[in-house]
Amino acid sequence: MDNLLSIITFIPAVAAIIMALFLRGDDAAAQNNAKWLALLATSATFLVSLFVLFEFDPTNTGFQFVEEYDWILGLKYKMGVDGISVLFVILTTFLMPITIAACWNVETRVKEYMIAFLMLETLMLGVFCALDLVLFYLFFEAGLIPMFLIIGIWGGKERIYAAFKFFLYTFFGSVLMLVAMIAMYYDAGTTDIPALLAHTFASEDMSVLGISIVGGLQTMLWLAFFASFAVKMPMWPVHTWLPDAHVQAPTAGSVVLAAILLKMGGYGFLRFSLPMFPVASDLLAPLVLWMSAIAIVYTSLVALVQTDMKKLIAYSSVAHMGFVTMGIFAANQQGVDGAIFQMISHGFISGALFLCVGVIYDRMHTREIDAYGGLVNRMPAYAMIFMFFTMANVGLPGTSGFVGEFLTLVGVFQVNTWVAAVATTGVILSAAYGLWLYRRVVMGELLKEALKSITDMTRREKAIFAPLVFMTLFLGIYPAAVTDIIGPSVTALVSDYQAAIPPRETAALDHSEGTAP
Amino acid sequence: MTPSDFNAVLPEFILAVYAMGALLFGVYTTKDKMASMLVWATSGLMIALALYIGLGGEGERMAFGGLFVDDPFARFAKVIILVSAAAVMVMSEDYMNRRGLLRFEFPILVSLAAIGMMVMVSAGDLMTLYMGLELQSLALYVVAAMRRDSAKSSEAGLKYFVLGSLSSGMFLYGASLTYGFAGTTQFAGILTTLGEGQTPIGLTLGMVFMLAALAFKVSAAPFHMWTPDVYEGSPTPVTAFFATAPKVAAMALIARLVQDAFGPIAGEWSQVLAALAVISMFLGAIAAIGQRDIKRLMAYSSIAHMGYALVGLAAGTAMGVQAMLIYMAIYVTMNIGTFAFILSMERDGRPVTDIQSLNMFSKTEPLKAFAVLILMFSLAGVPPMVGFFGKFYVLQAAVDAGMTWLAVAGAVASVIGAFYYLRIVFYMYFGKESDPITSNMAPVQWVLMVGVAAMMVLGIVNLFGIEPAAAVAAEALVR
Repeated sequence: MDNLLSIITFIPAVAAIIMALFLRGDDAAAQNNAKWLALLATSATFLVSLFVLFEFDPTNTGFQFVEEYDWILGLKYKMGVDGISVLFVILTTFLMPITIAACWNVETRVKEYMIAFLMLETLMLGVFCALDLVLFYLFFEAGLIPMFLIIGIWGGKERIYAAFKFFLYTFFGSVLMLVAMIAMYYDAGTTDIPALLAHTFASEDMSVLGISIVGGLQTMLWLAFFASFAVKMPMWPVHTWLPDAHVQAPTAGSVVLAAILLKMGGYGFLRFSLPMFPVASDLLAPLVLWMSAIAIVYTSLVALVQTDMKKLIAYSSVAHMGFVTMGIFAANQQGVDGAIFQMISHGFISGALFLCVGVIYDRMHTREIDAYGGLVNRMPAYAMIFMFFTMANVGLPGTSGFVGEFLTLVGVFQVNTWVAAVATTGVILSAAYGLWLYRRVVMGELLKEALKSITDMTRREKAIFAPLVFMTLFLGIYPAAVTDIIGPSVTALVSDYQAAIPPRETAALDHSEGTAP
Repeated sequence: MTPSDFNAVLPEFILAVYAMGALLFGVYTTKDKMASMLVWATSGLMIALALYIGLGGEGERMAFGGLFVDDPFARFAKVIILVSAAAVMVMSEDYMNRRGLLRFEFPILVSLAAIGMMVMVSAGDLMTLYMGLELQSLALYVVAAMRRDSAKSSEAGLKYFVLGSLSSGMFLYGASLTYGFAGTTQFAGILTTLGEGQTPIGLTLGMVFMLAALAFKVSAAPFHMWTPDVYEGSPTPVTAFFATAPKVAAMALIARLVQDAFGPIAGEWSQVLAALAVISMFLGAIAAIGQRDIKRLMAYSSIAHMGYALVGLAAGTAMGVQAMLIYMAIYVTMNIGTFAFILSMERDGRPVTDIQSLNMFSKTEPLKAFAVLILMFSLAGVPPMVGFFGKFYVLQAAVDAGMTWLAVAGAVASVIGAFYYLRIVFYMYFGKESDPITSNMAPVQWVLMVGVAAMMVLGIVNLFGIEPAAAVAAEALVR
């Protein structure tokens, strides 16, 4: 099993090609076949990916399951995972069958829909496995195409605006990253990620067009990568594409977007920004910390006044991603552990919340909060599950949401107390908008005529939520399942980082916090 | 003329003899009825010559006392020129036949233009260069106006002729200045003069004039004014031809001129080319946004693409030339696929070029729509399509030559440019239901379009081995 990662990555693509070539017709039988084939392929991917999880050796902080072949222009096709990326691979393979099952009710262009999701899975897995800069970029960018189509073809009323905004925003961020990647290739002479991790990029001050740049090349490269990942995350103030994209995307598209695509930004910070440009990261960390703190408070407040359920959850996602960026740039064990944990946990929770919206949207075809109320009378099972995930989103102890928020806050507190203090208010705000949403939709009297005949969740829908409930509880009760795997790699990352930054900077960070450059 | 001289120009010679033979044949036989046959015969000959040049040639030869150069660079360009000209002709045959446009002169004019282009890329002297340039241009003026009963086509031909003559005049002025200051028209001689130390101002001036004229030929901004009108007015097959082979030839010519003749003053021309590149990329990207006609849109798209190719040349290194060659090869392939589709767009038997007519095309023709989708993403330079690698190579060459700002500008322009390619995808996939077009495709067009789309995806494996060939070609030019 030398090429396990390639097998995982390309099973969905192969299934997509088979579907495109051999599946004919558009009748009910063909639609069913497409759905089952997609479910089969994604499930098979998940099962095979379990081998990676079980054979993964957490004590080894290097890359494992490495494959390497020559490609054009001295580039390499190189795949591999380490403690930081392995769980994202599993997260993706775990969520995809659920996503496919969640779009069982789609009736327009089913075959194309399934093909788009299968291709998307291949590209997302490729991002987390790629160990060559250009290969990474290839997967990172190509993922835009299926998502563009998913939003544009199967989305809501304003889908065209949302699809274009999504594509152009993210594309703009990424091309700057491409230039930075070329500059890195020029500087280091390789695009091999392990080699680049070992390479030290110049951090002496330099002047560009007469402006002196502190941190020199590292700062320039860091900013270019930041442009891409900050848009992808998304961080305040470049988050505005996300609510639009989420509201217009079909349910399954929202799930993938929130649960997996957003994590690419965080993964990028961990894979590139922090280890490759430590000096620049250290220099600009206060900026990121404050941007994250603002994001948490600001987007939580914005979430409070939303009238559209999906938009509310989208803003809540931005707030939760704020915890992630904060944890990453705290750059200590708890912070980075917490950031990764938060990303994994948010994958389950936000995915589940979007599915919750999907359940009632399928029945009522509206996402307006005002159109609902008193659902608990007709849908007890739904009320129960929605309650559970709202609480997990708020960060109730015992759910995975708590662990991630707590760890990142602990991490940040050691670096910058003020940021931690501001960010903690976000926890309260998230309880406010989460519970208020819940009250308005589920609690109270069932007054609306249209809701009087609404039915509770079907067995298929319950089956979709079961694994998500399990994972959220399991990680909440036993977080070591994650931290044991990521721990050693994070320790290595953090100690390399601390060793690479000049000592005076560390001292400055410990004492004069809160001064954004 | 020695036998070795003759050997060097053999492909051009064969094509020229063929063209004249075909002309006589056409005149003395049943004229246009034989045109289809002539198209296929000409394409076959071009492919055969491309194979002969691509597989047979080796080393570097000078013929006619340095007037004519046969080196890997010229061969690389000639293969692209011949193959693309042949492809455009075979895919146009059906379109022109059905509209009564197919005259036997068409394949002959295209062959004459191809000879001109082949001479251009092999030029070792300003005189040879001009001769090739004019042979090409004169043939192109005529094909642009080929639809005699259409005012737009005549206008296109006339416009192209007037502006083309102006640029030829500029070129001659620059060439005469160069001759005055270098005492020779041979590239090697100019190179020696420049190598002697200080650069006479007349040489720099002459070079700038010649570059401006050539920028006109590749339709680089700000010398692009003719492009949208000529693209729109000419019959679509002619537009397809304009967008492919002549662009390669002119781009190769610029590379030849700046490297072979003006190599020592790279600092001077690099600035000029970089400026042309930046203006072209941004103008192409921004001006295309408002276009409603797909042919005009492709005109602006080609302006932007020329900008990227010029980025490679502006780098001034062997890597830059290699990047330019790869870029042009990819660009030409993409355009052949796209024009194969544009040729097939029609409603009630009449050709349409309005972008909005593509509304919900994916409903009626899912496979073709998907192929166009791939082509559009490839033109926009989104990975994993091959178009991305073209951009990647040129940006890399720019960074490698220390022109990071140029690479950043190219990257930003590519985002703006992505918008209008996406808009075509948008109409095809998310548009409103409306009066649908039919896409009536001849088998050749279908094969070319789907084949090119497949190449855009499969090329990710190794770019069909074009990279080492381009490297050899670039090595031969840049010393």
